[in-house]
Amino acid sequence: MTLRAKAMGLFLLALVRLLTGAQARWFGCPPKAEQRIYFANHQSHADLVLIWAALPKELRSITRPIAAKDYWTASAFKRWITTAVFNAVYVERDKKGDADPLQPLIDALESGDSLILFPEGTRGFAEDPQLFKSGLYNLAQRFPGAVLVPAWINNVQRVMPKGEVLPVPVLCSVTFGAPIALGKNELRADFLLRAREAVMALREV
Amino acid sequence: MPSFLSKLTPEQQVGLLFVLLFGLLAVATVAGILFSLRESKSSATEPSAQVQQLEGLQAFLRTAWPMALLFWVGWAAGDGVATVLFGFVSFLILREFISLSPTRRSDHRSLLLAFFVVLPLQYTLVWTHQFDLFTVFIPVYVFLAIAGFGALSGDTERFLERNAKLQWGIMVCVYGVSHVPALLMLDFPGFKGKTAFLVFFLVLVVQACMLVQHLSATRWRATADATPNHQFRWRSWGAGLFAGSLVGVLLAGLTPFNLLTALVMALVACVAGTLGHLVMKAIKRDRGVIHWGADGRSVTGASGLLDRVDALCFAAPVFFHSVRWSFNL
Repeated sequence: MTLRAKAMGLFLLALVRLLTGAQARWFGCPPKAEQRIYFANHQSHADLVLIWAALPKELRSITRPIAAKDYWTASAFKRWITTAVFNAVYVERDKKGDADPLQPLIDALESGDSLILFPEGTRGFAEDPQLFKSGLYNLAQRFPGAVLVPAWINNVQRVMPKGEVLPVPVLCSVTFGAPIALGKNELRADFLLRAREAVMALREV
Repeated sequence: MPSFLSKLTPEQQVGLLFVLLFGLLAVATVAGILFSLRESKSSATEPSAQVQQLEGLQAFLRTAWPMALLFWVGWAAGDGVATVLFGFVSFLILREFISLSPTRRSDHRSLLLAFFVVLPLQYTLVWTHQFDLFTVFIPVYVFLAIAGFGALSGDTERFLERNAKLQWGIMVCVYGVSHVPALLMLDFPGFKGKTAFLVFFLVLVVQACMLVQHLSATRWRATADATPNHQFRWRSWGAGLFAGSLVGVLLAGLTPFNLLTALVMALVACVAGTLGHLVMKAIKRDRGVIHWGADGRSVTGASGLLDRVDALCFAAPVFFHSVRWSFNL
């Protein structure tokens, strides 16, 4: 990591903590350096920054968030910040040609990194998260060793609603729940529903 | 002793005050640690009254240390830094207040206005000694500006409710707190360089009053009446007011007040502070939380900053204006 990226990381951390508190609440599992796939609700582009800031420093370096390629590479600055500071993995939101959109994620997991995933695929504005897309199921099937940790990000949509540029200070928290595992012969739809419920259940704790 | 004190410069007098304050806190802390080392007879499931009292003392010290440090840094670094410091406190407690008051997406611009325009402007006015403007800036101009911004956004759903909440937050967290550094800028004839004593007077009087009210309420609950603990008790309120005014009279020598004025000023600050605390408590009950901060569900069990300063938010403006008008400043 270059000095500039490090300074930017520290600045962003301070900013996010000042604006939101970025409190991590570990309920179902402790923070641990094992290979994990965190999956969370998605309401704002700031979700990625918040969950990154809520993780402890030791885990932040081995945990890579997934960033939508069209948004986060739109300008040189966004591209730099996602690669140099967040060490993000880019995914295409629209499938182009024959390439598997999950391939970059598979590469990252194969090299031993943990991932932060937003299985809704796009930002939702309703109270409840949208139905989960099948990427989570495919990854869980392919990497049975990775621990699947649900997370609920609270309040971020109030910090920066869609279409706004400046953030408002509101306290936010990230709640991490008990890991779930893909059952033997569990159907894709059942698993995705169960995963979504695991995320939504964290809203109340 | 008085002749020794009067020989000191104002700077040295204030410095001495802080030495005394930190000395007292250090003694109380050490005593608390020593008591906690003593073997207690109580079982783990049912802590004895002694243990509960000790916990109460430690909770008080946890508040008192940072507050004392805050005031010391504010005094040592000068008026400008003190203003910035209190501005930061305003920012943090407004953040807590807004987090617990649901807003809609269309409130975003109004919130930006509150945090990044109103708050810095109000403290700039304090810093530049614009007393007349800073007392009307929020109740007159911002009152309209926030409501106007809200109306321009076009979202009229629960309009009055949303606006009222924001106005309230600004009034309590920005307007109220900004009167504390304003006390430092008051220009008493013959009292130059010693306005820190006014802040000290206010904080100590209000804190003493709150502490006595709290302790007596806890004690009387244990013995006689079995009313729920969030109910207001006239008896403990009276005890708190008495303690607060007593401290006020004792501190009269530090202030430009004579004994009677000190008594009245202390009483005014205590009534405002305790009622303000009660009001903030009612808001918390309404929202169904015990503490401000992190949606009332923080993991660490720490309460919010607003819980600590709510009495001051209400006492400071009342005290400031009482002083200002009775002395024609």
